[in-house]
Amino acid sequence: MLEIRNLHVTVEGREILQGIDLTIGPGEVHAIMGPNGSGKSTLANVIAGREGYTVTAGEVLFQGKNLLEMPPEVRACEGLFLAFQYPVEIPGVANLYFLKAAVNAVRKYRGEPPVDAMDFWDLIHERMELVKMDESMLKRSVNEGFSGGEKKRNEVFQMAVLQPYFAVLDETDSGLDIDALKVVADGVNALRNAERGFLVITHYQRLLDYIVPDVVHVLVNGRIARSGSKELALELEEQGYALYNEEPGRARRAAA
Amino acid sequence: MTDSSQTLETLANSDYKYGFVTDIEQDTVPPGLNEDVIRLISAKKQEPDWLLEWRLNAYRHWLTMTEPTWARVHFPPVDYQSISYYSAPKQKGDGPKSLDEIDPELRRTYDKLGIPLAEQAVLAGVAVDAVFDSVSVATSYKGKLAEKGIIFCSFSEAVREYPELVRKYLGTVVSYRDNYYATLNSAVFSDGSFVYIPPGVRCPMELSTYFRINASNTGQFERTLIVADAGAYVSYLEGCTAPQRDENQLHAAVVELVALDNASIKYSTVQNWYPGDAEGKGGIYNFVTKRGLCQGRDSKISWTQVETGSAITWKYPSCILRGENSVGEFYSVALTRDYQQADTGTKMIHIGKNTRSTIVSKGISAGHGQNAYRGLVKILPTAENARNYSQCDSLLMGDQCGAHTFPYIDVHNPSAQIAHEASTSKISEEQLFYCKQRGIGAEDAVSLIVNGFCKDVFKELPMEFAVEAQKLIELKLEGSVG
Ligand SMILES: Nc1ncnc2c1ncn2[C@@H]1O[C@H](COP(=O)(O)OP(=O)(O)OP(=O)(O)O)[C@@H](O)[C@H]1O
Ligand SMILES: [Mg+2]
Repeated sequence: MLEIRNLHVTVEGREILQGIDLTIGPGEVHAIMGPNGSGKSTLANVIAGREGYTVTAGEVLFQGKNLLEMPPEVRACEGLFLAFQYPVEIPGVANLYFLKAAVNAVRKYRGEPPVDAMDFWDLIHERMELVKMDESMLKRSVNEGFSGGEKKRNEVFQMAVLQPYFAVLDETDSGLDIDALKVVADGVNALRNAERGFLVITHYQRLLDYIVPDVVHVLVNGRIARSGSKELALELEEQGYALYNEEPGRARRAAA
Repeated sequence: MTDSSQTLETLANSDYKYGFVTDIEQDTVPPGLNEDVIRLISAKKQEPDWLLEWRLNAYRHWLTMTEPTWARVHFPPVDYQSISYYSAPKQKGDGPKSLDEIDPELRRTYDKLGIPLAEQAVLAGVAVDAVFDSVSVATSYKGKLAEKGIIFCSFSEAVREYPELVRKYLGTVVSYRDNYYATLNSAVFSDGSFVYIPPGVRCPMELSTYFRINASNTGQFERTLIVADAGAYVSYLEGCTAPQRDENQLHAAVVELVALDNASIKYSTVQNWYPGDAEGKGGIYNFVTKRGLCQGRDSKISWTQVETGSAITWKYPSCILRGENSVGEFYSVALTRDYQQADTGTKMIHIGKNTRSTIVSKGISAGHGQNAYRGLVKILPTAENARNYSQCDSLLMGDQCGAHTFPYIDVHNPSAQIAHEASTSKISEEQLFYCKQRGIGAEDAVSLIVNGFCKDVFKELPMEFAVEAQKLIELKLEGSVG
C-alpha cells in the first residue's frame, strides 16, 4: 500500500535521504531503527508532506496514488496518519474539539456529512478505553501541559479515533514508562488488521516485543543498510550501529 | 469545521459585507460646530434647559482642550468644522409609535444587517435598540421589560420620560470634562440607549443596541447610560457597522455604567465599524470612552469586547472599584489587519477594600496592522487587600504587523497583590502542519488556532455573540494565511 522508490531528499541543500526503497503491503508492520540523525523523522515527515524538504529524486505511492503531489491535509484525508515524535501544543483548543474538527475534515473529504454527536461520543469513549486515557484529557487544550507520556498516548488515541489506513509512528515509545508502553502497543495491536499498514520508528527493540513487526529495517546515513526479520532488532540491541557506520558495502559484509 | 469553512467561502468575496448605504431622506444639520449648532440639536430633541446648559458647559470646556497624542496611533488631524453633528432619517409627524410604523427602508437596512426589529423575529431573548446615525429608530420588547420595571429606551426618550433619573446619573462616571472626545460627545451627543434596572431585578433577556452610521460626513456621538440598582443584574450587548466610504468618519461615543450594592452589569461589544480599504483609505475613527462605576459594595462590572473594525480604535473600557469587595473585569480581543490601528486596554481603579480586577487582553495583528494594549492598574491608599490579575497576549500573523504592550501599575497600598503576564507568539509552522496532518486545511487550521488564542475572551460572551465573534474573526483573517 506504500511504495517508496529511490527516494532522495535534501534539507537546506544537504542530502539527508540518499535513495530509500521501501514497500509495505496491507496488514504489514515494518519497523525502522537507526542512529540519531540518520533520517528516520525526515522520512516520516516527507511521507506526511511537511514543508522544508526537497525531494530531488524518486517517488512515493500510497494505494497507487502519487503521494508527493498531495498537500498534507489531503494525504491525511486519504488515510495517512503520523504520530509525531514531538507533538505540538495548541493552546485554547480543546482536545475533543480538535479531534472532531479532524474527523469532520476527513468525512467532508470523503463526501460524508459531519459526524453525528452521539456516534462521535461513543467512538471517543470506546477509543479512550483502548488507550486508557482519562476523560479529563478531552477538555484540556491539545497537548498543552501534557507530560511526555501523555502526549504520546494522545497521539495513539487520535490515531485510534481517526482509524487511518496507514500510520507512521515516530518514536511513539520514547519517554514512556513500561505500563504506558504496553498500553500504546495494545492500542496499535487493536488497530492491526489485514488492511492497515504501519511504519514504526523506534530506538528500542523492547517495543517490538509488544508490536511484533513483519520486517525490520536499519536506516543509516539516509540509506536502508539492512532489512530483516524481528531478530535483526535483537542483534542491533547487542551490537549497536557501529558496523553500519561505514559505507553500505561494509555493512552487508559485516552482516554476512 | 464544515460550517465555518462554508461561511468563509461565502463571505470571502464580500470583504466588508456591511458596506452598503441606505437611500433614505435624512434631516442633516450643515457641517460645523458652534453654540448655535448645540442649541439646535438640543431644541430638536426638546431637551430641558439643564441639559442644554450641560452641553454648552461641555462645549466651552472642549474649546480649551487639545486632542490627545499619547496613543500609539497615527492619523491626519480631524477637521471638526467639516463634520455634521446631527443627522436623522426624516419621518412624518412625531416618529414611530410602534415598531410597525418604522420606515420600511430602515427596516430593510436592519434586516440586511441581520438585526430584525420585528419582535417575533428577534433572536429569542434579545431586546434591541437600533440607533441609525444620530437617533434611535426602534426599541423592541419594551412592554415586556416594563412589566418588571425595567427601562430600556433611547436616550432622548429617557430625557423626556425619566429626566430625574438621567439627571441623577449623567456625567457621574464620565464627567463632561473627562477627555477631548468625551467632552465633545457631551456637547453634541445625539442619541443612544438608556437602561435602568430596578432593585432586585434580574433582567430576563439580553439588552442590545445596534449602532449604524449611514450618512456621509457625519459623526456619530451616542451616549449610553446603564444603571443597575441594588441587587440588579443586566447583560447588555452592543454591535456596530457603517457603510464603506473613502473618507474617515468620527465615532466618539460615551458609555457610563453604574452598579449599586450587589448589582452586576455585563457589557459586551462586537465592534465591526468599516475599517477602511486594503490600502488604508477611509474607515471609522473609533474614539470611545467607556467607564463603569462599581459604586456599591459587592457590585461587579464586566467588559467584554471584540474589536475587529475601525481604521483606528482608541478605547479603554474601565472600572472604578469604589464599593467594598467590588469586582471589575475586562476581556478583550482586538484584531487589526491591513492598515488598521488599535490602541486599546483598560483602567482598573481600586478605591474600596478587597476590590478585585481581572484583565485578559488578546491582540491579533495581521498585514500591516498595529495593535497596542495600554492598561492601568491603580491601587489607591484606601484599597486594602486589592488584587489584580492581568494577562496580555499578542499573536502576530506575518512580519509587517506589530504588537505593543504598555501596562502601567500604580500602587499606593502595600497590601495589594498584582500579577501580570504577557506573551507574544506567532502561529507556528509546526502547529499548522500538525493540524494539516490530521486533515484540517490551512484556513480552518488558522481559525482553529486563533479561536483557541481568543478562547478566554469568547467564553465570556453570550452564546449567539460568541458564535458571531468567532465567524467575524474567521472572516477578517481570510487571506492572511501564509
Ligand atoms: N528542518 C531541518 N533543518 C535542518 N536540518 C534538518 C532538518 N530536518 C532534519 N535535519 C537534519 O537531518 C538529519 C536527519 O534528521 P532526522 O530528524 O530525520 O533524524 P532521526 O533519524 O529522526 O534522528 P532521531 O533518532 O534523533 O530522532 C539530521 O542531521 C538533522 O539535523
Ligand atoms: Mg527522529
